[in-house]
Amino acid sequence: MALNDPPVPVIPAPIWRNFKELQEWEQLHKTRPEGDKHSALFESVTEGIHSFPGGYVVTTAADAFLNWARKSSVWPVTFGLACCAIEMMATFCSRFDVERLGMVPWASPRHSDLMIVSGTVTIKMAPMLLRIYDQMPDPKWAVSMGSCANSGGPFRHGYHVVKGVDRVIPVDVYVPGCPPPPESLLNGLLLLQDQISHFKQTGKKAPPNEKVD
Amino acid sequence: MTAEQARVALVSTLGAEIAAATPMVVDVPPARWEEVARYAKETLGCRFFNFLSAVDWKEQGLEVVARVDNLEDGVSLMLKTKLGPGVSTCASLTPVYRGANWMERECFDMFGIRFDNHPDLRRILLEDGWEGHPLLKSYAVDTPHPPYR
Repeated sequence: MALNDPPVPVIPAPIWRNFKELQEWEQLHKTRPEGDKHSALFESVTEGIHSFPGGYVVTTAADAFLNWARKSSVWPVTFGLACCAIEMMATFCSRFDVERLGMVPWASPRHSDLMIVSGTVTIKMAPMLLRIYDQMPDPKWAVSMGSCANSGGPFRHGYHVVKGVDRVIPVDVYVPGCPPPPESLLNGLLLLQDQISHFKQTGKKAPPNEKVD
Repeated sequence: MTAEQARVALVSTLGAEIAAATPMVVDVPPARWEEVARYAKETLGCRFFNFLSAVDWKEQGLEVVARVDNLEDGVSLMLKTKLGPGVSTCASLTPVYRGANWMERECFDMFGIRFDNHPDLRRILLEDGWEGHPLLKSYAVDTPHPPYR
């Protein structure tokens, strides 16, 4: 680039929409996709169960049980990016103690269900973040923690900062604050648990949670 | 050597007026950049290389700034050289101060200044395929960087 040749600022669309798996995962968040063998199997089994009298009780109980299991063992991957990570560590420590919610900070993405993006995502870090997210097994969730991860924050117009981590990975819960105190993150994690309890593997997906606080 | 003696020695070497201050601001012609740095290190005892950076003065071109200190005697020099409009090459200080290596790499990364005789002039903070040099005034705010912004 020449010295006197400034480029024209154009903000492109979020990147993660270009990835096939992430598109599928977004679809799974909304409706069940067409060609998904497991979902089709679940649906046929579910319809079979529903044909019996009282079958809805069985599937509802199964969903409730599976979601109870899921939301009671959300293991966040140990992934700190910036100053928000300090508040995240405080949340994991004994005073706020998210282990009573079944959350164990785990040092491997392959055993984790949740990624807490705690801090500024730089353009140099974004491919690594995407790679760690791809290494996590489904079903997986992401919490965007702090202004930087939500929108770029005070560094939004910097040359090296991604304008929100939702340009890289799909995000379930946004926690505002700069940095959010442990109470805020705890609230976000409780909202995420609420969201997980509406996760439907059998039958139709529940309407999105309207609860804000 | 006191700061005053260093100032007198520098004035006689460079033939320019230098104000007594801490740090002493020394304007150096680009051709004598490495020579003056060597003089500061070996004669004035400024063995501590503090930092090296640059300033973009738009039409007047780039200015390279380096600070060196003599910690024993309290002599501090702020060496400055104006490269002139449109010029982005400068002599490297790595033969004199080995600590200048990464500083000049960062300066190349952010301002695009090519340091002659630098042993390893690559980008240091930004990735290798980056286009442009972000701290130049001509680098637009919100410059896109596909695929992430």
